[in-house]
Amino acid sequence: MAHDVPIDRELDLKGEVCPYTFVKSKLVLETMKPGEVLRVIVDHEPATGNVPRSMESEGHRVLSVGPAGERTWEIIVRKKE
Amino acid sequence: MFAFTEDEIVRYSRHILLPEVGGVGQQKLKEARVLIVGAGGLGSPAAFYLAAAGIGTIGIVDDDVVDLSNLQRQILHRTQDVGTPKVESARRALEDLNPGVKVVPYRFRLDAGNVMDLIREYDVIVDGVDNFATRYLLNDACVMAGKPLVDAGILRWDGLVMTIRPGEGPCYRCVFPEPPPPGAIPSCQEAGIIGAIAGIMGTIQALETVKLILGVGETLTGRLLVVDALEGRFRQVTARRDPGCPVCGENPTITQLVEYDLACDIRGNGAGDRTAAAGGAAN
Repeated sequence: MAHDVPIDRELDLKGEVCPYTFVKSKLVLETMKPGEVLRVIVDHEPATGNVPRSMESEGHRVLSVGPAGERTWEIIVRKKE
Repeated sequence: MFAFTEDEIVRYSRHILLPEVGGVGQQKLKEARVLIVGAGGLGSPAAFYLAAAGIGTIGIVDDDVVDLSNLQRQILHRTQDVGTPKVESARRALEDLNPGVKVVPYRFRLDAGNVMDLIREYDVIVDGVDNFATRYLLNDACVMAGKPLVDAGILRWDGLVMTIRPGEGPCYRCVFPEPPPPGAIPSCQEAGIIGAIAGIMGTIQALETVKLILGVGETLTGRLLVVDALEGRFRQVTARRDPGCPVCGENPTITQLVEYDLACDIRGNGAGDRTAAAGGAAN
């Protein structure tokens, strides 16, 4: 599903905690074009809830949130049009 | 990508989180140039919050030195700064708070000969002056130069703030066409001022400045916010552009900068209290 979506940008945020997981994701999203897809990797588990929630509250579309390895997770989001 | 350092991302993270700011807005703040006229009661909180917000360049105009009687409200300055130029004390305080901000001190009094060249260099002007002569000079100059001016005045327990966007709303003269006669309004030196009203009004000036730079929200343009701190009331007075305004009207009669006499009568009467805060004979 989400893995079928071409990824335009990747952001490795391992080692980052909230709120910087979202702050740094947002800074990258702001530089992307509308409709482009960002894949964010985190190893701070609360970020798997916080970051998608914040992204959605800013109007972006979270395509999927899931494991991406041992104690790492990926968040795939499409920038709002 | 934004050119923020790791420290900047952390320092401004609570801004960046806001939908109305983000990295784009923070970059605008970083590139902005704000001129604060007066490093006193209003200029202190305004400058502190603007420096904290990451305004790239802050110019500060003041020809005075720090006096012990200033410290009750002029929070940029410390006891050990008494006797030093306010612009130097201000620069030290702001650079300590945020070394990423460039502070440009101007240790002179604003006059008809220097005001235009000075405001030309800045995006937003903050009025924290303590006299009507400079207040009218600054209004006229900003109208002529088309520069946004965030004006505030304080006296005793009262404050007034309005944002002047030339061409888009009333200027100071649309509301108060001429300065009051000398002596009609007391200065804070004679009438007194509660310290925290300076904090409230100067902080609102900082907010207005940030909104102007970001281009978000509603500024106090065409609206005067009047604060009565003693009674704990905030009141809004609508003001319109006056087509007959001598400086921003359809046929302006003031086309050259005018300097009013700085004459100061040490005895005020209490009659002009409301207008006093409106004009802001204190700082």
